[in-house]
Amino acid sequence: MTDVVLNNIVKTYNKGEVKAVNDVSFEVNKGELFGLIGADGAGKTSIFRILTTLLLPDSGTACVNGFDVVKDYKAIRKNVGYMPGKFSLYQDLSVEENLNFFATVFNTTIAENYDLVRDIYVQLEPFKNRRAGKLSGGMKQKLALCCALIHRPTVLFLDEPTTGVDVVSRKEFWEMLKGLKQQSITILVSTPYMDEATLCERIALIQNGSIMSIETPDNIIKQFPDTLFAVRANDMGRLLNDLRNNNQIKSCFSFGDFHHITFQNNNEHSRNELIQSLQESNFQDIEMKHITPSIEDCFINLMN
Amino acid sequence: MTNEVVIKTDKLTKRFGDFIATNEVTFEVYKGEIFGFLGANGAGKTTAMKMLCGLSKPSSGNANIAGFDIYKQTESLKKNIGYMSQKFSLYEDLTVIENIQFFGGIYGLSNKKLKGKSNELIETLGLQSEAKKLVASLPLGWKQKLAFSVAVIHEPKIVFLDEPTGGVDPVTRRQFWDLIYQAAARGITIFVTTHYMDEAEYCNRISMMVDGVIKALDTPAMLKQQYSANSMDEVFYELARGAKRKSD
Repeated sequence: MTDVVLNNIVKTYNKGEVKAVNDVSFEVNKGELFGLIGADGAGKTSIFRILTTLLLPDSGTACVNGFDVVKDYKAIRKNVGYMPGKFSLYQDLSVEENLNFFATVFNTTIAENYDLVRDIYVQLEPFKNRRAGKLSGGMKQKLALCCALIHRPTVLFLDEPTTGVDVVSRKEFWEMLKGLKQQSITILVSTPYMDEATLCERIALIQNGSIMSIETPDNIIKQFPDTLFAVRANDMGRLLNDLRNNNQIKSCFSFGDFHHITFQNNNEHSRNELIQSLQESNFQDIEMKHITPSIEDCFINLMN
Repeated sequence: MTNEVVIKTDKLTKRFGDFIATNEVTFEVYKGEIFGFLGANGAGKTTAMKMLCGLSKPSSGNANIAGFDIYKQTESLKKNIGYMSQKFSLYEDLTVIENIQFFGGIYGLSNKKLKGKSNELIETLGLQSEAKKLVASLPLGWKQKLAFSVAVIHEPKIVFLDEPTGGVDPVTRRQFWDLIYQAAARGITIFVTTHYMDEAEYCNRISMMVDGVIKALDTPAMLKQQYSANSMDEVFYELARGAKRKSD
């Protein structure tokens, strides 16, 4: 059973000059937590706006809950919840007024669907009389999620809900999403944070309007074509330069306190040779270990 | 990195009514150092940064930035620092070259010097064919690299970077850090905030702000040791989890 289907969707801007979405096709299953992972400008927001019937594609077709995004836009609007990347609630209405407004627009009441938002809304209740514009970033995000949920949507579209939010609030937000999944709501979420990809059931890696891979996070990691090593030594800046200029090294990117490398020919000989050459270049505390790639390693590999 | 101190604060405090946004913050940053200024949303980072840039007057405490007093010499201070943020960096409706000339002019470069600098900058960034295009038409990654280069066009003593890599793709993010390293090697002090914890590892030292105070300040290696953590992500989580304030 699929809730969201895209077939060869194309969207251009500036009379075709900018190709925002380039022949994108994928499906999201009922009750699935599906992630669109990519940087700013990858086409994530255009895809969301097409699926929520706010933007017409140049070509291709898309369906949500079996309804066509062009012909049946009214039916889709009744059934889906959308949390845009930009805060879009009424700044001059209070927390409670905003929630009440969105419930009324969808012909329902807060009471009717309170069980769905309860866990999130209790955190906002102490501030229910505060104007939305005066809330902190984390609180705005929670209110926006409540407003997107209050009509019990079948599909929830969350466009970069955690951008600019600190690590602690990001962890809390993903916990909330797991809770919603229990309620069998289909969730399509986008994020520029690669580490959040592993929290989704399936992900699409997207760059410059094109999908590079659609898989479970585990399978994307399994498909990494090379053996990956993490290297560190006393002078990380010089080490990065040396590794980049070493013709035995296929790829080299810094990853926090290690550099991640792959070899042109991965074998014991080339590995020993590298360690030896680093020792000859006066590096100290050299450490090299075989590691499992992260989604970010895979993303970088697919980009090249 | 040298032992010359370019940022020195002493019990720097900012109050908004009863609310103490930044509470007696004391620290030093060295010339050529890459200093990571981390903290949860609402910890008081932005308020502190505004004071350090001479844009907001402290309620109490002292600070000396690039040799200038934070109360009396804010105009000289502003000429000797650079600033770049994710939200505002360049004018979208000006071309690449116009942006360079505009910011160079603001930072007080002479026309002659500016001309040389513009050409040099466009060449290093490989933007020759884009020089006369509107900044709005550039991919985000290029914009951010250009914005950084513009922020250091006057070779300031310190450059303040407020989440410079937010939303940028992973390859461009690393290229951006190459620019940071190069600037630091030239002796420019980098004062940077980020939500990417791998980037925290690239800093010489990190400060962690929680509820308006600096709760920890050390090298990434020492912080990890101190909090028995495997990554900066864990250190951050451990420190920020106890935060009482949840505002921006």
